[in-house]
Amino acid sequence: MRKAYRNPSLVVGGAIVAAIFIIAVFAPWLTGFEPDQMDMANRLAPPGRGHILGTDNFGRDLWTRAAFGSRVSVVIALLSVGVAMVIGTTVGLISGYFGGWVDLIIMRVVDIFLGFPALILALAVVAVLGPGVINVSIALIVVFWTEYARVVRAIVLSEREREYVMAAQAIGASTPRILFHEIFPNTIGPVVVLATLGLGTAIVAESALSFLGFGVPPPTPTWGWTLSFGMRFLRTNVWLSAVPGFAIMITVLGFNLLGDGLRDYLDPKGVSGRERVRDAASEADAKVQGVS
Amino acid sequence: MLAYTVKRILLVIPTLVGILVLVFGLMQVVPGDPAAILLGEQATAEAIAEVRHELGLDRPLPVQLGDYLWSSLRGDLGDSFFQNEPVTRAIGARLGATIELAVASLVFAIALGLFLGVVAAINQGSIIDVVSMLFAQLGVSMPVFWLGILLTFWFAVELNWLPAIGRGEPIPAAIAAALSGRPGVLLNSLSHLLLPAVALGLNSAAVISRLVRSSMLETLNEDYIRTAYAKGLPPSAVVVSHALRNALLPVISVIGLRFGVLLGGAVLTEAIFGWPGLGQLAVTSISQRDIPLVQGVVLVFALMFTLVNLAVDLLYGVIDPRIRFE
Repeated sequence: MRKAYRNPSLVVGGAIVAAIFIIAVFAPWLTGFEPDQMDMANRLAPPGRGHILGTDNFGRDLWTRAAFGSRVSVVIALLSVGVAMVIGTTVGLISGYFGGWVDLIIMRVVDIFLGFPALILALAVVAVLGPGVINVSIALIVVFWTEYARVVRAIVLSEREREYVMAAQAIGASTPRILFHEIFPNTIGPVVVLATLGLGTAIVAESALSFLGFGVPPPTPTWGWTLSFGMRFLRTNVWLSAVPGFAIMITVLGFNLLGDGLRDYLDPKGVSGRERVRDAASEADAKVQGVS
Repeated sequence: MLAYTVKRILLVIPTLVGILVLVFGLMQVVPGDPAAILLGEQATAEAIAEVRHELGLDRPLPVQLGDYLWSSLRGDLGDSFFQNEPVTRAIGARLGATIELAVASLVFAIALGLFLGVVAAINQGSIIDVVSMLFAQLGVSMPVFWLGILLTFWFAVELNWLPAIGRGEPIPAAIAAALSGRPGVLLNSLSHLLLPAVALGLNSAAVISRLVRSSMLETLNEDYIRTAYAKGLPPSAVVVSHALRNALLPVISVIGLRFGVLLGGAVLTEAIFGWPGLGQLAVTSISQRDIPLVQGVVLVFALMFTLVNLAVDLLYGVIDPRIRFE
């Protein structure tokens, strides 16, 4: 554990992420306003006394709306990454362990999903299902599960040839036991790194969908919608866009730093292990990180 | 090389068919009847039934799927519900703008990413390295739509240097105009392209710079680099023709993936900068629930992405012969 404190990415990222979670959970207690409470005397006010980050065109408090907006982003991110992780890991374990035609078919299906640019696939799903918290989460699950499947499969392919797996097979352990008790623990490190980076990606993706008007609909405050709505007021009060814009950026930065820090922290001494964690993370860099 | 090329191309075919099936399947899940969407709220049941028959929606699903696959392969993506034109024509009219934006931002991303990555790697641990990588970390965390708004605010609203929205003449036409003595046309096109391309490309530039840096650091430790120094080559020659050349391999494979990110980001960039491309078409068609057009746009995006990745894979095979024998 001591090593963790000497890793600035881990510390700073962890602090930002912790702050975001605290704001999301305790939003109503962190402000004196309701998210839809209007103050017509103070419309489009810049940051200052009374309204710490200013107000929008209806005089609604921007700090309050940003704090409540974090709830939508955090809930959708946790839900979509959590489910995608479970589905993807299970599929990856099965695909890698059984190999043969099972692996062939699963990987072809994964290829089909990866054939779509991520945001386009999410848009297509939302186009079909319509907006809302659950539908946006489903769209992101459809996009994200393949990452976990691919990374876990790659790990299983190398692990299943190791002695401890053969030993388990030799003493007659059941297949689910070998998969989940023997092999699965080796996938946790890379998957945790992927998921941490994935939470940042999910928040960008959710904001992007809201930005285009296909996310969680107003009057629920979301970062993405406020950001795009604020574009109309760039000349009068830039804070309308700037508050949610910085909120998204800092949150994503937090998850990215935490993910990078975890990658270094979890990096095992062995060469094969290092390759693995780095591969998982660089794949995340290459693909997951840029939904937008 | 031929065997590798053929194998790669054959592997793309099932993916493309799968993409078609997935797009078709997705649109089957749409709540509500396409015929009812097409006719609006006041339509009678008879009129809906008639339109369903005209659209062929009363046929069994496998027949509809077969028909969809066959007509897509012939390049017929049906007619838009609301644009009064074939889907292919609506897409064709906007495809160029999106490709222009994506290519411009890719060029920007590669140039900036290579520069920052190389500079950071050869100055490892110095202040230049730290600043470059801080910049990269910020760039990676910067959503394209937030950067787009910031750039609009600074360069279009506050400084009034560049136009906030719209597109000039297409770049090829603008170059032709410039060659025939009207450089203003090209300048106008470039001034419209600059902000969207930077907004869309910066995130990729940051990712590429991190990759180039780590890949360069690895290469710089190789024995053949020490050999190159030992035989007295100037440092610039070692860096460019020995280290960078090998460090580029992982970068090339990432460029294909980044292209997908750029295409997705183009939807957002086009919305911010009023860029008349496929992304705008995607947004309007989804808002109007114009199902054939949504299908067509999603399909074309997936097609572009898949083909670019195929091209990158083939290029990789040319550059690194080892990959062909895997």
